[in-house]
Amino acid sequence: MNMIKNSLGRLVPDDLTPFQGADQIIKKNKRILVDEVIVGGGNKPVETDMTTLFDKLNIQDGMTLSFHHHLRNGDGVLNMVLAEIKKRKLKNLTLAPSAIFPVHEPMVSLIKNGAITNIITNYINGPVALAIELGYLKGMLIMDTHGGRSRAIESGELNIDVAFIATPACDRYGHGNGIEGPSQCGTLGYAIPDLMYAKQKVLITDHLVDRVKKIDLDGRYVHMICHVPSIGDSQGIQSGTTKPTRDPIQLRIAKNTAQLIHELGYIKKGFRFQTGAGGTSLAVAEDIKHIMKDKKIMGAFASGGITNFLVKMHEEGLFEKLYDVQCFDLEAIKSYGRNKNHIMMSASEYGNPYAKPIVNDLDVVVLGATEIDLEFNVNVTTDSFGHIIGGSGGHADTAYGAKLTVITTNLMKSRLSMIKEHVTTITTPGETVDVLVTERGIAINPRRQDLIDKLKHSKLPIMPIEDLLHIAYDFTGIPKPTTRDGRIIGYVRYRDGSIIDSLYQIKGV
Amino acid sequence: MKRSLLFIPANSPAMLQNADIFGADAIIFDLEDAIHPLEKDAARDLLTCYLERFALPDMELIVRINDRQTPYYIKDVERAVQLPIHTIMLPKAREEDILELSERLTALEKKRKRLAPLMIIPIIERAISLFEIEKIVAHARVSGLLLGGEDLTSDLEVERTKQGLEILFARQMVIYAAKAYRKEAIDTPFTDVGDHVGLVEDATYAKSLGMTAKSCIHPIQIDAINEVFSPSEKQITFAKRVLEAEKEAQEKGLGVFSVDGKMVDKPIIERAKQVLKRVKP
Repeated sequence: MNMIKNSLGRLVPDDLTPFQGADQIIKKNKRILVDEVIVGGGNKPVETDMTTLFDKLNIQDGMTLSFHHHLRNGDGVLNMVLAEIKKRKLKNLTLAPSAIFPVHEPMVSLIKNGAITNIITNYINGPVALAIELGYLKGMLIMDTHGGRSRAIESGELNIDVAFIATPACDRYGHGNGIEGPSQCGTLGYAIPDLMYAKQKVLITDHLVDRVKKIDLDGRYVHMICHVPSIGDSQGIQSGTTKPTRDPIQLRIAKNTAQLIHELGYIKKGFRFQTGAGGTSLAVAEDIKHIMKDKKIMGAFASGGITNFLVKMHEEGLFEKLYDVQCFDLEAIKSYGRNKNHIMMSASEYGNPYAKPIVNDLDVVVLGATEIDLEFNVNVTTDSFGHIIGGSGGHADTAYGAKLTVITTNLMKSRLSMIKEHVTTITTPGETVDVLVTERGIAINPRRQDLIDKLKHSKLPIMPIEDLLHIAYDFTGIPKPTTRDGRIIGYVRYRDGSIIDSLYQIKGV
Repeated sequence: MKRSLLFIPANSPAMLQNADIFGADAIIFDLEDAIHPLEKDAARDLLTCYLERFALPDMELIVRINDRQTPYYIKDVERAVQLPIHTIMLPKAREEDILELSERLTALEKKRKRLAPLMIIPIIERAISLFEIEKIVAHARVSGLLLGGEDLTSDLEVERTKQGLEILFARQMVIYAAKAYRKEAIDTPFTDVGDHVGLVEDATYAKSLGMTAKSCIHPIQIDAINEVFSPSEKQITFAKRVLEAEKEAQEKGLGVFSVDGKMVDKPIIERAKQVLKRVKP
């Protein structure tokens, strides 16, 4: 495999498109759309077991199978399919789940025996990530962004043979939603590209009704229904943290972040905001909420994964709308059922670079980081040792789209500086990141001279990122440089389809 | 002038590492209640390493040592004299303890050639101490008094309540003694860390009685304490106008002058100076 350097200096294979800058390719190229796969209306065939379903769908070696991750760590559907793959001794499959969680541990043995040889996903942690970083996957792992995955599907770059769509409620016409039945997960935004473009689509449900109350999955795209006893555990959809942190260091970071956003003048009528579900992000939202209440400001929307916290802000009149690609907790699911301005968006509407996505309308996004470097490149894919611990999800999409992208992180964690001279893996390019907020100071990307000028008289602790790195080194010492000389096991694919970085087998294994 | 004082256990690397980021005006490195008896020496050593390695400008550094009746007291004092700190906090302080500690410090400071003498903040947390409070506060090394509400209520054999009626007398004694000798009156911590409203009410009440600062056991409480014990914008504006008017009056040779139609006399001028002293840059 011949390697070339992309514009960020990362080695990538020369037969793939190297990253050339955050909008170089998008500006140059037009949107590519393959034909939608529409089956038509009417009753859909209903099966009740995977064996018959596999027979009817004629699933063969070498096919590409896709899944969404709305049931997160409570998902039972992917594991049902894995069990049938194992039973049939299928080989050389490509799996394209939008995310992989610890619950998907049964995938490990199928990776090791060559049943699954390639994986395309946006986020991965747990035993499957470990098996891949140890080099067991015979092909490649492609790590997409949420917007990039929908772009890849609609353009035919990710060609899905069968989409298995976990559907908490569906009717015999193949219409479905995520807000009825015992396994509710709320909105189903990540399933939409698969539903529209996969060659065959099957809804897997444990709640088959005469008529669904709300149609989020359009039955005209659906080939079949599989009615099973359970598609998973809706309690497992809860994200790790959906409440503001009480950790004093993270609260300090959150307070300074909210103050920074306020001083930059973004919190005003029509404010458009996104934050993650982590404790620090929600603490930022809490501080912003107080500012909005004090100043009697109504924002236009909050977007992304929606939590109960954002639902409350919406119901208190602080955000006119919620654009929701996935619900992070059970209260958000209920809200989607009752609030008419709690609106589902598809993954494409959310982040597809060619679809004029919602991310492009954002004023501010607050994101986390596993590492950030002196060029403001951010890593949320691996840790500092190269272990795969996540992935972009919407990170790179929102960083690109928002007018102000703020990264919040502790300056040090587990005796390591979170600022590096060079991040281990680049997930999000530094040219799309504007500000870093830590407990010991705030660094503004020198590319944003306008922000530096605006904050000239601020009392916030603003300093160059190099100074923050030196503060961290005072505590931690200078770490030995890590090397990435293992076999390449995969790539991080930027939202435009170019390769922003490579992933390496963990050394010494 | 301090508003907030944060207790940090001296044996916790993670907490020491972040001691200076929360905006407290003073850090109290604790060698006493937060440290297990088997950890006392380790805490002294860790604190020494930390303070020798990291500079902590712009804040008062205080070490709470163990009281004089404990076997740790002498070693704590000997170590404290070697540290780049400003003040020793002495638990369960009585008059004789202050005298003994001051003498011991004088000898150790001479031996160690320490230039800046260490100040003492006695903790008033025994009923008997309230009867000696004037002699305690009058000592030259004493820079302020801290009321220890938890231990005091144990000594009184009463329940510690959020309303704090049981410690009202002690609060007022600490305040009157401190004010009489122009020293700081530091309020007891509010221990329900999850009750933000209760904290603000307690701090506001303590300030209304005359406390000048409040100690706390969790960094999450600092912002609220600083806010309560800082002068308001209105107070600052008025104080500035009083001092400007005083300057003008002096230039014009006027003995009496007014601000907003009200006569300004010496106490108002002194109060304005006090308000501006408490404004943090």
